[in-house]
Formats: sequence, C-alpha cells, structure tokens
Amino acid sequence: MLNRIVKLAIVTAVTASLTLTFAGCTKGGSATNGPSEEGGISTLSMWTHNAGNTDELNAIEQVVSDYNASQTKYKVELQAFPQDSYNQSVVAAASAKKLPCILDIDGPNVPNWAWAGYLAPIEGMDDTLSKFLPTVLGKWSDKTYSYGYYDVALNLATRTTTLEKYDIRIPSMDKPWTKDEFTAALKKVKDSGDFQYPLDLQTGNTGEWWPYAYSPFLQSAGGDLINRSDFKSADSVLNGPEAVAWGEWFRSLVTEEYMPLKSGADPAKDFLNGKTAILYTGSWSAADAREKFGDDVLFVPPVDLGKGPKIGGGSWQWGISTQCGAAEGAQDYMKFAAADKYVASVSKATGTIPATDAGADMVPGYEAGGENDIFRQFSKKYALLRPETPGYPFIATEFTKIAQDILNGADPKTALDTAVKNIDANQESNNFFE
Amino acid sequence: MTVIDAASHTPAAQTSVNPTRRKTDGHTRVAATLMLLPAAVLMLTFLIIPIGLTFVLAFTNARLISPEPATFVGVDNFLRLFDNATFWKSLTNTVLFAVVVVPVQSAVALGLAVLINTRMRGINFFRTVYFLPVVTSMVVVSMLWMFMYQPDGLINSVLAKVGIQGPDWLGDPQWALLSIILLSIWQACGFHMIIWLSGLQTIPGELYEAAALDGASRWRQFTNVTWPGLRQTAVFILITITIAAFSLFTQVNIMTQGGPLDSTSTVVYMAVRTGFQQQQTGYASAISLVFFVIVLAVSLVQRYFTRDKEAKR
Repeated sequence: MLNRIVKLAIVTAVTASLTLTFAGCTKGGSATNGPSEEGGISTLSMWTHNAGNTDELNAIEQVVSDYNASQTKYKVELQAFPQDSYNQSVVAAASAKKLPCILDIDGPNVPNWAWAGYLAPIEGMDDTLSKFLPTVLGKWSDKTYSYGYYDVALNLATRTTTLEKYDIRIPSMDKPWTKDEFTAALKKVKDSGDFQYPLDLQTGNTGEWWPYAYSPFLQSAGGDLINRSDFKSADSVLNGPEAVAWGEWFRSLVTEEYMPLKSGADPAKDFLNGKTAILYTGSWSAADAREKFGDDVLFVPPVDLGKGPKIGGGSWQWGISTQCGAAEGAQDYMKFAAADKYVASVSKATGTIPATDAGADMVPGYEAGGENDIFRQFSKKYALLRPETPGYPFIATEFTKIAQDILNGADPKTALDTAVKNIDANQESNNFFE
Repeated sequence: MTVIDAASHTPAAQTSVNPTRRKTDGHTRVAATLMLLPAAVLMLTFLIIPIGLTFVLAFTNARLISPEPATFVGVDNFLRLFDNATFWKSLTNTVLFAVVVVPVQSAVALGLAVLINTRMRGINFFRTVYFLPVVTSMVVVSMLWMFMYQPDGLINSVLAKVGIQGPDWLGDPQWALLSIILLSIWQACGFHMIIWLSGLQTIPGELYEAAALDGASRWRQFTNVTWPGLRQTAVFILITITIAAFSLFTQVNIMTQGGPLDSTSTVVYMAVRTGFQQQQTGYASAISLVFFVIVLAVSLVQRYFTRDKEAKR
C-alpha cells in the first residue's frame, strides 16, 4: 500500500513538473488574451492596485471614462485590486496567461517584469515622455515600459523655531547639512534634554521602505546597491569604504541615542506632537504638518554625506502587458492618458508631485514658487532610481536585511560582504539578466 | 463431474452467501471510493502534489518570475543552504523554540485543564476565557502583543511599577525569541487545554473514589490515576505541539521579520522569505525539503518512543 502511494506521488510530481516545463516552453509564444469584440468595439482590461485608495481610483476612473467617450473603437474596463495582494495577482495572472492589457506597476518592479516578459514597451511616445520627470519612467535595456503621473520626495521635516532655539543653521538646497554639521546639530538638541530622541528616521516601517528611504543615504555617502555601469556585481560599491562609512554612521545614530532603534507606531504624529525635532518623511505628510505648525514648519534636503543629498525616485506607473490581444488599443490609451490634465488630476487627488511642468502648473501649490514646489525641486535634483535591473527585488530584500542588522549592531563590513556575496550570486545565477 | 462433486461438498450456507457478499463488496467499494474521492482529490492537490513538486524543484534553479525555464542544478541548492549562516541560526531558533514550547505549553495546558475540570458555578466562564486566545487570529494576537512589548508598552509599564526596568522585548536579540515563545504559549495553550480536558473526562469517577477510600492524597491521585489515564491524550498532544512548534511563522512574520540579527528567524520564515520575496523557488524548495525531513524524523522518533512504552505495558 505504502509502495503504491509513493509510486503515485512520484508519478504525480513528475507529471506536474512536465506540465510546468511545457508551460515554460510556450511562455514565449504568442498568447493572445481577451479582447472580446462586440459590435466592433474591443474591450481592453485594465488593472490597478488602488482598490483601497478612493481618491486615486476616482481620478483614474475619470481618465478611463474620458477615453471611452473620446472614441468608438475601444472600451477600457478598469478593475481595482487591494494593494497587498496586487503583485501576487499579477504574477499569478501572468503564469495563467491572463494578464490584463493595461496595468499599473510599482516603479522598481518594472525591469523585473519587463525581463520576465510581462510588459511590452511603450512605442511612439518619446516626445511626450521627455517632458515627464525621469524618475517616473520605467526603463530597462534602452526601452521605456511605463510612465507614472506622479512622484514623491523624501525630506527632513523640522521647525524654524526649533532650529533657532538650538542655534542650528537652516539648510538650503544650495547648502544642505553636511555629515558633521548634522551630527553636531543632533548633539545640540540631544544635550538640551528636551527630546528623548531628536531624530526619527521611521525605522518602524517595513518592506520596500527600507531600500527606498535608506539606500539614498548610502548613495550620498558614495556607495550604491550595485555597480550601475553593467549591473553585474555589487562588489566594491556595496562593501567599499564609503559603504562601510555609511553603515557606521547609520549605526551611530542609534548608539548615540539620536534616534530610536525602532520608531514608534506613528512617527508623523510624534513629530506633530513635538516628541521629535527632525523627522525623515515624504512629501505626503507636508499637508498635516502645515496645518499644525503653519509657516513654522520647514522641509529641508536630506543630509549630504559626501556626494550631495539623495532621495529615492519612482512610484506607481502604467504599462502594457505582452498578453494583450489589442495591443494597438492599449498603446492608444497610453497616449491619450498621458495628457497634462490627467497628470494634474491624479497627482492632485493623491497629494503627490505632478510628473510634468505643465501638469504642475495646474495643481495649486506645485506651480513655480508655490509652497510645494520645493518637493518638485528635490525630485528633479536629488532623486535617484532604484537600480534598473531585474535583480532589484532580490537586492531590495538583501539591503533591507543588512540595514536592519547594522542598525542592531552587526559589523557593517561583514554584513555588507554577505549581501554582496548573495547579490552577486543571484545576478550570476540569472546570467546577469541578459 | 468432480467439479460438481466438489461444489456439492461445500456447505450450502457458503454457496448462498458468497454471491451476495461479492455483490455487497462491489457496492461497498464503489461507495468507499466515492466517499474517499473529495478528500483524496484535496489531499492530492494541496498536499501530495506540492510535496512531490518540492522534491523535484529543490534540485532546480526554478524562480518565481523568470522568462527562462528551470534547469536541473543537482545539489547546488543544498550546498548553498548548508553554507548559509542564517540557515543554521534559523534551525537553532526553531529547535530552541520547540524545546521550550513543547513541555511548557503542554504543562500549562494540563494545569489549566485540571483547574477547570471541576463542577463549580460559572466554570464555563473560565473555560471560555482560557479558550478565547485560540479563536482569535494569530495575526491579531501578534499585533496586540507587539504593542504590549514596546519599550514603553503595557508590560514594561507594569514592570516599572514594581521597580523593574524592562528590556526592549522585541528589539533586543537576547529577549526577542523568548518574547515570541511567551506569546505563542499564551495563544495556543487554550486549545491543548480542551484536549487535556476531554482526556480527563474519560477517566471514570469511580477510580478517584476508590483511590480516596484507599487514603490517597490529591497528588497521589494525580500521579497514579489521572496521569496513566491520560497517556493516549499525552501522545497526541506531544506530537501536535511539536509539529506546530516547528512550523513557527506567523508571529515572526508580523512582529520581527526574523530580526534583530536573525535572533527570531525560523526555517519556515526563511523558506517563505526566500521563495516569495527573493523569488528563488528552487532554493526555497530545498529549504522546505530539509524542513520536511527534520519534522518527519522527529515525528518518527516520537512515535517510536511512545509505541515502545505501549508495548511494554
């Protein structure tokens, strides 16, 4: 009996794996998905991660209904997913060859999905897209796969009165805080005894926040996640002396008690309640801070650790799948939807930075000289994309782990060496994604 | 003729029964197959095929997302795994967790079961209270305890009242695993309390009466009547707690993500992280396979020892 079960299990496993192999073989084939045609109108399916975000979803629905009203050949049908399960849904749909025609993608995932054959390049839009912020475009091996309506900008939020009280220079884009200046400032605030922790880098957040928020410090120090000239190895950029210096600086913020090892449940609230002097945050929390502190609130560039301040770039973007039966329709929609007025309406709904200049002029606060214009300046001047390699999701998990380990007291050099070893092995085992 | 002769020698009862029995046999078989089918299909789809796939995938470089088909890489995944410091740390943590949780949790559960196995007004209230954590989702329990474990959370506030400076429970590598152990025992012991309780209630009251007449103290009653009567229950509880302890994942995933410094990483957590976040399906299968072998070995050892005792009796 046992023998028969074992045999059955083996047969099943082999059959299943064979089926998988075949599925793998046909993957490259020309799968055509679902433009159901009724009365000469092709339906284009479209997926978004916005089910839990009504403001953004409404703005996107407006774009779709405008498009459907503008012509009679295609009809776009929008389907919204909760963000938590969105990526899994896309990966599952891709294996089942049921990808929608148009979908939105988190910026750093674009190269991975393009390499995997999920995404088709956007064509004939070079002129339009040249007016977009470079960080909202998803590119991989010289092709553009996606564009986004908006970006967000990291910054240090503080208050004029706080800085003046402790006699700290107010930094500007021309002259941001240097490493030594920043440390001295934190020390002054700490020594006053007014704050348990002067700084909050929001270390309680999880997931993509870690590479998004803390790899820019590494890049400002002169290191990087991977060597961007050929994306083959992280050796000497992620474990060089600059990277080690970054690790030591990062850890020192905790050992000197300038910031908590793990932030509280709501760091933004802690800042608003005066528990924190300087908060590392994004442009999204500016509205609340202004409401509370009025003109007193300051948004200054992140600290310059040597190579100038750096911030992360790239948010959610739109692209076309390879499994779309009506590819022309999808391309047509992408062209229609790239209009400045939609850049304006979507970024206004989400409180984010409009991706084009013309779009920015239509959003109150983001026009040149407006109160939010500074975030657009940060994005233009400091933003650096997370490495555009299909290996990025792996790099992100490795960086997150070592950054957490270093913060908890691991030796920076050893931790960084381990990460380099793992990242290089992963790039190599995939033939460098060529 | 001889054939007929032979047939005529067989008892009449047998010849008349045989065809009917064969018929019923057929019916029973069909019915049994039909009844088995739903469970068999589910087992096959969600248990046997995935386990079979794990065996195959562990020797390939299969990836979650990749345009390339998977190729066989021999034992590469296993060599990489045994060379990985995080794996050994995770394995140590998993074993440590099981070694503490299995005895403590079953003892606490037994203690609770004995306490509530009395006839008393309002005993159902206590039964419900002790069982409440079990019906609460582990995700919710983990979130709540995360707040309680914060450096200025409920637990440290209470400790401060009696003059103890509590540690940063989840943030300190020394304390993180212990914190997760405590919470896990608190959450799960209600379930095993119910199983102990059912075992306790199968012990006839006359045995206790007889023991009392013989002048046995409460403790002697427990060691000589209760405990022997619970042997079967104990075996069941031992094996289920062990397997549950080895598959520690939810609490870690929500509260610490394996940190700080791998102090709470477990084998299952590592497998999930590798397979989904890092997209290395083949490597994650290798981890699962090693885990499968370990759990199988532990279960076999436990079965061997428990069966041995039965035979001696």
